[in-house]
Amino acid sequence: MREVVKEENPFIPEPMRIVRRYNLIDDVKLFQVRAVDMERALTLRYLPGQFMMISIAGVGEAPFSISSTPSRPGLLEFCIREVGSVTQALFKLKENAQIGIRGPYGNGFPIEKMVGHDLIIVMGGLGVAPLRSLLYYALDNRNQFGKVYLLYGAKRPAEMLFREEFLALRERDDLECLLTVDQDDTRDWPCHTGLVTSLFQYVKGIDPHKTYAAICGPPVMYKFVIGQFLKFNIPKHQILMNLERRMRCGVGKCGHCVIEYIYTCLDGPVFSYWDVIHMKELI
Amino acid sequence: MRVLKMQKENLMVFLESIRGFGELWGVVDKGNRFVFDKLDDLSDYDFKPRKPMIPPKLFMHPPKFSMFRFNEKGYEAELEEIPNRVIFGVLPCDIHGLLILDRLFGAEPPDPYYMKRREKTIILGLSCVPGDTCLAKATNTHVVEEGFDLFFSDLDDYYLVWVGSSKGDDLVRVQPDLFEEKLEYKDLEKFIEWKKDRDSCYPVDFDFTAMPDIMELSYNSPVWEKIGEKCLACGSCTMVCPTCNCYDVVDRLALGKFEGIRERHWDSCMYKEYSMVAVGHNFREARSQRLKLWYTHKLQGFIGQFGKPSCVGCGRCVETCPVDINVVTVAKALKGEPVEAFWNR
Repeated sequence: MREVVKEENPFIPEPMRIVRRYNLIDDVKLFQVRAVDMERALTLRYLPGQFMMISIAGVGEAPFSISSTPSRPGLLEFCIREVGSVTQALFKLKENAQIGIRGPYGNGFPIEKMVGHDLIIVMGGLGVAPLRSLLYYALDNRNQFGKVYLLYGAKRPAEMLFREEFLALRERDDLECLLTVDQDDTRDWPCHTGLVTSLFQYVKGIDPHKTYAAICGPPVMYKFVIGQFLKFNIPKHQILMNLERRMRCGVGKCGHCVIEYIYTCLDGPVFSYWDVIHMKELI
Repeated sequence: MRVLKMQKENLMVFLESIRGFGELWGVVDKGNRFVFDKLDDLSDYDFKPRKPMIPPKLFMHPPKFSMFRFNEKGYEAELEEIPNRVIFGVLPCDIHGLLILDRLFGAEPPDPYYMKRREKTIILGLSCVPGDTCLAKATNTHVVEEGFDLFFSDLDDYYLVWVGSSKGDDLVRVQPDLFEEKLEYKDLEKFIEWKKDRDSCYPVDFDFTAMPDIMELSYNSPVWEKIGEKCLACGSCTMVCPTCNCYDVVDRLALGKFEGIRERHWDSCMYKEYSMVAVGHNFREARSQRLKLWYTHKLQGFIGQFGKPSCVGCGRCVETCPVDINVVTVAKALKGEPVEAFWNR
């Protein structure tokens, strides 16, 4: 009976279980989540760059980027920082606890257009959350893409999310994994030190018109990273970014994520640099 | 459209005859304001057009309601208790407001709460007499062609009744002898004359067609700072606006046990937290930014997408804003006209 209600009512969350949670850094955990209904768990389709609304009954609901790739169905992953009431409640839940989820929502990355192109993925801090999905989508479908660059910057080694996972990616021959920290307080950091923009010196030999760039990070990062891409002459509509806004519904009704007359939850959260120029107030 | 005639003395009989379709509501005079109220006794009611302080959006998109209940077993949507209602006296501008909300709430995926209430609400429109603050002619919302079940045009001696839906036709068929099927040429003449008279009464005229370009060019205008300094961020403009739909969602738990409701209530983009995200970053910290959003949304974005403003010219913001920030003063200020309210206080 609940299934029927769910189909008619996009606001009723579907029951999902926390399968596992990992500590990534102090205040960030990775939650692996699966639909209680096995059939649903295996058929849930989404795109890299889409988000879902996670509900803790009695506390509330908030939007979260999907960090897993649709090329590995079954489990959904969310990389979540403990900052508000919903995340605080979520952090108290253990394995096998039930939560509610709605979605996926948003446009996601235009994968069909990106196929056949080189990819430069630039992430700062928690900006890894949506772009990890795109990264593994590209790696799982490696022959569909040209060169793949991953540029990731964190403040300090201890604050790098998925550090071991990404350090291991450096072994791959088919990916240029460039990691940096603003400050190396361990004196043991095996990679680059400096802002994420300083990694661009290692990006070489790309054909700008055959390249898609994807950016996600703290608001301050966009301007500088976009500047680097423009220096490479990557077309503005091929510079993509995943943006954050307050959201209460995810389906274009509550109004909070509005910019002019478009809704981040419907027309975003992935926007191009052309959109940014065209619409103001995006970044 | 099917158009009928009704003698004025038949209106009360008609409304009594359709009580079986749902609760009868209308706009009543509460002394210092007009509000929607149930019309249980029609004997003292005058059937005159009145603009209620809160527009009819409150029937389809109530200020506060429970979306669903939750407990250990899961979630259960609250859609069962919605009453059937017949709203008499909905004005053309407010019907246009509903049409704009229909577009938003009806877009994929449709909002079941709004749609169910809309479906269960019968709209009986009534022609208006423009008040001091009406600008519906400027927004081209003074006439209405859809969005109602029946529409009554008051031609002094009788009503022309426009049948706008199949349900409206059902209402007429309850007591068909209250209506006259046959319209004559003089009825048309009378209607045209009435419309000409009525249209000459609008006190506020304004050309909105150039607003998208003006807004684009005024993005950095000092007007925004100026009105930002005056704005009290009280949110009154958004509460009374027929096309404002923004809402917030909160969970309410019962005491002592795990059950509760998820509640939806009106929100306002004038409030400081409106665009704030988790870590505390606020995309619209300043009142000037929030005002700019409202006016950009209504007068630029919507015109750009749908060819008309999402202002329906009701004039409620003109009446309601305590510091005279409203669609008329802001549009004039952006067009470079001097506006008493902002500059000389």
